[in-house]
Amino acid sequence: MSNELFRTCPESGLQFHRPAERLMKAHAVVAVVILLLGGIAALLVTLTRWPAVHLLPADRFYQLLTSHGVNMLIFWIISFEIAILYFCSSTLLKCRLATPKLAWVGFGLMLLGIIVNNLAVANGDASVMMTSYVPMPANPNFYLGLILFAVGALIGCFIFLATLVVAKDEKTYEGSIPLVTFGALTACIIAVFTIASGAIVLVPTWLWSLGYINNIDAAMYRIVWWALGHSSQQINVAAHVSVWYAIAAIVFGARPLSEKVSRTAFFLYIAFLQLASAHHLLVDPGLSAEWKIFNTSYAMYLAVLASMVHGLTVPGSIEVAQRAKGYTKGLFQWLQKAPWSNPIFSGMFISLVGFGFLGGISGVVMGTEQINIIIHNTIYVPGHFHATVVIGTTLAFMSLTYFLIPTLFRKQVAFPGIAKLQPYFFGIGMSVFALAMMGAGTLGVERRHWDMAFTNSTLAFEYPASAYTLMGIMGVAGVVAILGGAMYILVTVTSVFFGKPVGSESSYGFTTARVSRADPLIVPEGGHAAAGKWGFAAPGTFLLAIFFLVTFILYYAVNWKYLASVWPLS
Amino acid sequence: MSAIQPPAETVWWKQPLDKVEGTWIAIALVWSLFMFFMMPFWHVYGKQNLSSEAYKTTPQAYMAKTQAMVDQYTIRTETDAKLPVVRPPPGSDVYLLGRLWQWWPLLELEKGQTYRLHISSMDWQHGFSLQPVNINTQILPGYEMVLTITPDTDGEQTIICNEFCGIGHHNMVGKIYVTEGET
Repeated sequence: MSNELFRTCPESGLQFHRPAERLMKAHAVVAVVILLLGGIAALLVTLTRWPAVHLLPADRFYQLLTSHGVNMLIFWIISFEIAILYFCSSTLLKCRLATPKLAWVGFGLMLLGIIVNNLAVANGDASVMMTSYVPMPANPNFYLGLILFAVGALIGCFIFLATLVVAKDEKTYEGSIPLVTFGALTACIIAVFTIASGAIVLVPTWLWSLGYINNIDAAMYRIVWWALGHSSQQINVAAHVSVWYAIAAIVFGARPLSEKVSRTAFFLYIAFLQLASAHHLLVDPGLSAEWKIFNTSYAMYLAVLASMVHGLTVPGSIEVAQRAKGYTKGLFQWLQKAPWSNPIFSGMFISLVGFGFLGGISGVVMGTEQINIIIHNTIYVPGHFHATVVIGTTLAFMSLTYFLIPTLFRKQVAFPGIAKLQPYFFGIGMSVFALAMMGAGTLGVERRHWDMAFTNSTLAFEYPASAYTLMGIMGVAGVVAILGGAMYILVTVTSVFFGKPVGSESSYGFTTARVSRADPLIVPEGGHAAAGKWGFAAPGTFLLAIFFLVTFILYYAVNWKYLASVWPLS
Repeated sequence: MSAIQPPAETVWWKQPLDKVEGTWIAIALVWSLFMFFMMPFWHVYGKQNLSSEAYKTTPQAYMAKTQAMVDQYTIRTETDAKLPVVRPPPGSDVYLLGRLWQWWPLLELEKGQTYRLHISSMDWQHGFSLQPVNINTQILPGYEMVLTITPDTDGEQTIICNEFCGIGHHNMVGKIYVTEGET
């Protein structure tokens, strides 16, 4: 193994395997380009659903909504995730990446898939939404593109796994793999399950679209498709929770409160998270109540428990690290003194809070078997998943980018002033956007719908004025969030392609941020608990967690009450 | 050792839990179990539970049953399209179908009475969304779903489609009129 194959980042001390580095860059660049495409579609879709603007004609709206869904939920996120998998294996384990050539084949397939699928959607005969529910037909290339992309991503997953084997074999680390790599492994295992389900459903659907198969059962399609559709979002959860831990380590030098708890929580994801696919089928014909209850509860909410654990341990580890640095005053000095103008931290923290409070609570509530009756397919649903996938995953990945630009791309972050504000525009805009959608959905406003006024319909229906107000708020907040997205693209593209090379840590782009080399953590006298309160190492975080729980309980109760007002059904 | 490095202790699983973690896990677990038991509880004590009654069917067979009901119980027609308004007797089987792009026929039900509402699709997937009462279910071709419903509010309810079903999706509207007692 030649040393020239490796480069050590002088500031962060990270070791990059050059072939792996090139692959990470390629995947990240493709991801950002897709984010740009999806972002343009997002703007046009938002401006159409904003009733006062109602920009696009119906056919364009459905076409762009399809494009937005597929590009964002699948292509952007999974492309970025492959870069993360390579980072968490090769870089964090200081190991060579297994079979880089094959990894390039995977990359090529993913790119080809993206192009084939996007061309099919652009052609206008594949406006079937991301879910492509049979028997609504699409251009066969719509499915083919997804299949090619999935095969490429599967290659990436196996290269990640192979790299773990190589690292173990070549003893590039001692003991166990780092927690962040463990989280990435969780994401990878879920990804393999997801992609396998995708193959099981999309290959026959592709053959059906070509005329080789007569009929695909709509109920069967939905069950298997959601093992792809929902599980792919569970890859994101595992990946962005890993990114939270990574950022806590990068910015604060935080160490997990306990490896055991955090790893067990990741393990619970592997065991139970995929059952959540049942959330989409709660009002489908013919499925038994027992099946729905077992699956929709992730077998007694064990995966929700895992997320609630991460939601405590990530900020808890930050609190402990901050308290060790002397920020011990009161319950929240550690949070007050956090580097709020460092987008790596601010983005990650908004991601965590938004994912928990907005995405997490709404997800569990609408995924309750009976409550789903008042929420299924309303615009509440995209409200929920914009909170999980956009605030949770996308914002976490954006935050990580501000670390990767100097360390991986060796470029200074351009426009640091814009970068500092970016997570706030994106995170707060998206939070209001998601809340407004959930509000409108509670009033029954439908998702994937061009005209909430039913102008051309034979029979009239009018939503209450408050629904229009909420959709207007959604429009404004959506534009703010998209502006935040544009700021991210501007900073990233300028830095990577036109940026000044990094000289030293001070040239990273931020004046206040200690981006990569965290101070060594000093354990205070009497252990961490002594720096906290009530015998808790992280009392402030605990109080925040209790506040979260109270919010959760109240909102859960309100929805049962609302359900009880609906016509009796049995 | 931070989260991006291997754990400092090789035997990390023997490291004791901090009190803050143990306490939170216990609280969160109790809440999780509570939420789990809430669902079976509602099946026993709540009034809004979807039945899992459903049958395999075909568009032709389902159309025939719906047509028979329309022929027997139509009380008037509405709009230029002469959409039938059907008033089936309380307690009976009521058939509603979704197709590109309409809910057919229109229904008139009596408040406080119970009906077996059958719904199926003639073509693609549709979303039955009754507004403003806000009841939403998924309608699939080839499957006949049976909901036992008891309208307990009178007035006009609108069925909209909330599963994307092509270019006319946003025009797909139907009605359920709920009337007080005998008319």
